[in-house]
Amino acid sequence: MELAPARFADTIVLKPVGRIDHETAAGFREALLAHVGTSAPGTRHVVLDLGEVEYIASVGLRALVLAAREAKAKGTSLAVAALQPVVKEIFDITRFGLVVDVFTSVPDALRAASAEALQAYSTPPPAR
Amino acid sequence: MIVRFWGTRGSIPVAPTSAGIQRKLISALVQASGRALKTEADARAFVEHELDFAVSGTFGGDTSCVQLDGVGGDYVLCDLGSGARRFGLHVLGTGGAGRANTFHVFMSHLHWDHIMGFPFFLPAYIPGNRIRIYGCHDELEAAFRRQHGAPSFPVEWNGLQASVEFVRLDPGRAQEMAGLRVTPERQRHGGDSYGYRFEIDGRTVVYSTDSEHKLDDVEETRAFVAFFRDADLVIFDSQYSLAEAVTIKADWGHSSNIVGVELCQMARARHLCLYHHEPTLDDAQLVAMLRETRRLEEITRRDHRMEISAAYDGLELVL
Repeated sequence: MELAPARFADTIVLKPVGRIDHETAAGFREALLAHVGTSAPGTRHVVLDLGEVEYIASVGLRALVLAAREAKAKGTSLAVAALQPVVKEIFDITRFGLVVDVFTSVPDALRAASAEALQAYSTPPPAR
Repeated sequence: MIVRFWGTRGSIPVAPTSAGIQRKLISALVQASGRALKTEADARAFVEHELDFAVSGTFGGDTSCVQLDGVGGDYVLCDLGSGARRFGLHVLGTGGAGRANTFHVFMSHLHWDHIMGFPFFLPAYIPGNRIRIYGCHDELEAAFRRQHGAPSFPVEWNGLQASVEFVRLDPGRAQEMAGLRVTPERQRHGGDSYGYRFEIDGRTVVYSTDSEHKLDDVEETRAFVAFFRDADLVIFDSQYSLAEAVTIKADWGHSSNIVGVELCQMARARHLCLYHHEPTLDDAQLVAMLRETRRLEEITRRDHRMEISAAYDGLELVL
């Protein structure tokens, strides 16, 4: 699964799209663990922007647990942000808010990560 | 067929406390305030139709025991947890004391909470009764004998007056017995457990307790979807929340309501019944879990609608 990584200072934002279900979860887990496990030096935070994820099954949530463990072992934090209403309800029902940090928006997650990350996110790219 | 739940609690029996009953009474009285409940019928209607189950009732505290009623003339049970004690009393109180009865019991596994009711199962002490205990574990008979007699119990095994037989089953193979087509399935649990798929007259009930599911194991998921396929009722171990089941309680051998919904949706089962409740959860927490599970089914449903219930001691489901 393509996670479209984008770097903002010491933070990487990953953006999966679609359904993370029993058909797609293995690809999601593989891609997520690859990003978390091989993140560039200086990476201190990983934020998953779930704004375009319409559904996540238990197997996808388990991938988050594995990624959170991997991140912690490397001294990196993992958070999720911008959950759609259905995904937000799934997080509430499964109690996954107790397992990973959940933020209402990507800027909120970046603000909690580092001031540099938020500033990099908020700074428009230079005009060409 | 009627599926009767005699014991629905996981791991260890629990009982209501005075404080818990007081909380229910206070809540009921507050909700009744200002109401004209002048007769017993008024009060009964209020209790049955207006109070939440967490206030008006209880999930109970006996451990695993489920009866499949309406299968020929014999009694068919799953597991002999502490709920088997009340089942035995029910049999004796409904004409069973005066006749020779046959009981067919399918054992998920031999952990204590699933066998502890047998020493208190009164029909086992009555001559003429016949008890056939089916299971897939090598230690099936030894586990039952070990809890009967010193130092665990005052009555020795040979004090039983009924005829007790043990029947070993092969997992993964459908067999005709006790008037049913029965297929055992090996499950992930400490020392293994076995689920049972029961089929009779076009109806299918799956009894799947004490079973952990690693859903990223594609082959295992496929096997359980096939095991649950098109079942009219799946009785499912939902002891933990998903967050617990994949973190601090991973490899403890139990599953969650979430995984139950997902497997049953994939299998297109018609009814998921949450079972083997965590002993630390009170009635209000279990009602909340049922409400959330129904909501999850609703928001994740595609083209297959499924009924969700939560088992309680005394529940009867008619199939």
